[in-house]
Amino acid sequence: MLLDANAGHHQDDELVPAAEPHAGHAPLDAAAETQADLSAEINAIGEAYAQALKDGAAPETQPRLDFAPYRSSILRHPTKSLHHADPETIELYSPAFGHQDVHALESDLTIQHNGEPQGERIIVQGKVLDGDGRPVAGQLVEIWQANAAGRYIHKRDQHPAPLDPNFTGVGRCITGPDGSYRFTTIKPGAYPWKNHLNAWRPAHIHFSMFGTDFTQRIVTQMYFPGDQLFPLDPIYQSIVDQDARDRLVATYDHELTSPEWALGYNWDIILSGSKRTWTENEAYGDAGDEE
Amino acid sequence: MTKLIPTPGQTVGPFYGYALPFNKDSELLAPGSAGSIRLQGTVYDGAGEAIPDAILEIWQPDAEGNVVQRTGSLVRDGYTFTGWGRAAVGNSGVFTFTTVNPGPTEAGAAPFISVAVFARGLMNRLFTRIYLPESEEALAADPLLSSLDPERRKTLIARRDADGGLTWDLRLQGENETVFLDFERFEGASQ
Repeated sequence: MLLDANAGHHQDDELVPAAEPHAGHAPLDAAAETQADLSAEINAIGEAYAQALKDGAAPETQPRLDFAPYRSSILRHPTKSLHHADPETIELYSPAFGHQDVHALESDLTIQHNGEPQGERIIVQGKVLDGDGRPVAGQLVEIWQANAAGRYIHKRDQHPAPLDPNFTGVGRCITGPDGSYRFTTIKPGAYPWKNHLNAWRPAHIHFSMFGTDFTQRIVTQMYFPGDQLFPLDPIYQSIVDQDARDRLVATYDHELTSPEWALGYNWDIILSGSKRTWTENEAYGDAGDEE
Repeated sequence: MTKLIPTPGQTVGPFYGYALPFNKDSELLAPGSAGSIRLQGTVYDGAGEAIPDAILEIWQPDAEGNVVQRTGSLVRDGYTFTGWGRAAVGNSGVFTFTTVNPGPTEAGAAPFISVAVFARGLMNRLFTRIYLPESEEALAADPLLSSLDPERRKTLIARRDADGGLTWDLRLQGENETVFLDFERFEGASQ
């Protein structure tokens, strides 16, 4: 059942099966589509978007929900347009998180076990800001990622790359008064998946953030600069606008690099605008974590 | 008016299961405690099949309609109602929360629970609402519900179960597709 490429909604259709340890040397499935097939679809969408921009369309800022090259999206995107609503009461606030929820050590993914994890140690740092540039203080940031070999610890990841007993790949932190977050981790590897034959995800870290309003809730992925897999990846390419894609790519920052210890990457996250009417104290970040 | 362009979202992917769930994540109240109800449902795709890899978050006022701003959702003490919870669906696509009936945040307002939906294959999170089925007058006057045609409106209203709980199914696509919300009218093609 793992090999049924036609089951577009099957739970395992993206995952490399355990039974094929030499997946890279033989087709997983004779019927599988090739990268060339997928790239042709991706490029056609890109060309249509470029033409629309020329014709005066507004640049898109978010991924398309309906993006067929990511096969799992075909049965999972709404076909009716999203219904505009003015956020009300509860939607104008976010849940509160604090140091009761998250221990300071949870932001270092390299110290969760007895030994040092394998791979390239990195620091990822940045700020969470709202659409007006206000820092989002005292809010929860969660990350998860593959290890240096491109393997997730998740039980459903059967990619035959080694697990690292010293790396789980999960971190959390609470943003500071200036909206800042900082994680120490390992640079994740690229990993293969079953969207099509020879599909590889660019290295990425999953990020989950809250704003001051629940309507600002976002889950996204941070990428690393210069990844050769960008043009080939249907998930990255589901954002059709290059400026918008660039907002997901971290910047290497030598000032942040720690001598003889870790390379530094900077990545700021801009949430959508807050719809709330702000008091002066809130606007200057006093509503942050006071525990 | 928004000045900066927001960072794009991306799919939650298939591997959130060891990262986002946590102990008692779906228990806004201890199950069986006074006033607690079960909120359950199934997530379906466009083929009408239940999907096993979606994760939902709810955010709601307390039973009196107060918006709670208390920490402690991730390490629940069993007594503090924080208003927020998270539930990954199981293999059969079913999610279950233990919570309270939300109260109206203003006199006469229709009480609802705010929902954020994430799934493998879903490119960006979706927002929706779960309204309580009672107080038809308030439902009829609700600004969002009254702007929807009657068939679509139904997708946002939970059923009351015999045990006092709520059942609300979510359909990402197809017949009876759930109404999903866009709060960003002025930000262009936000999808």
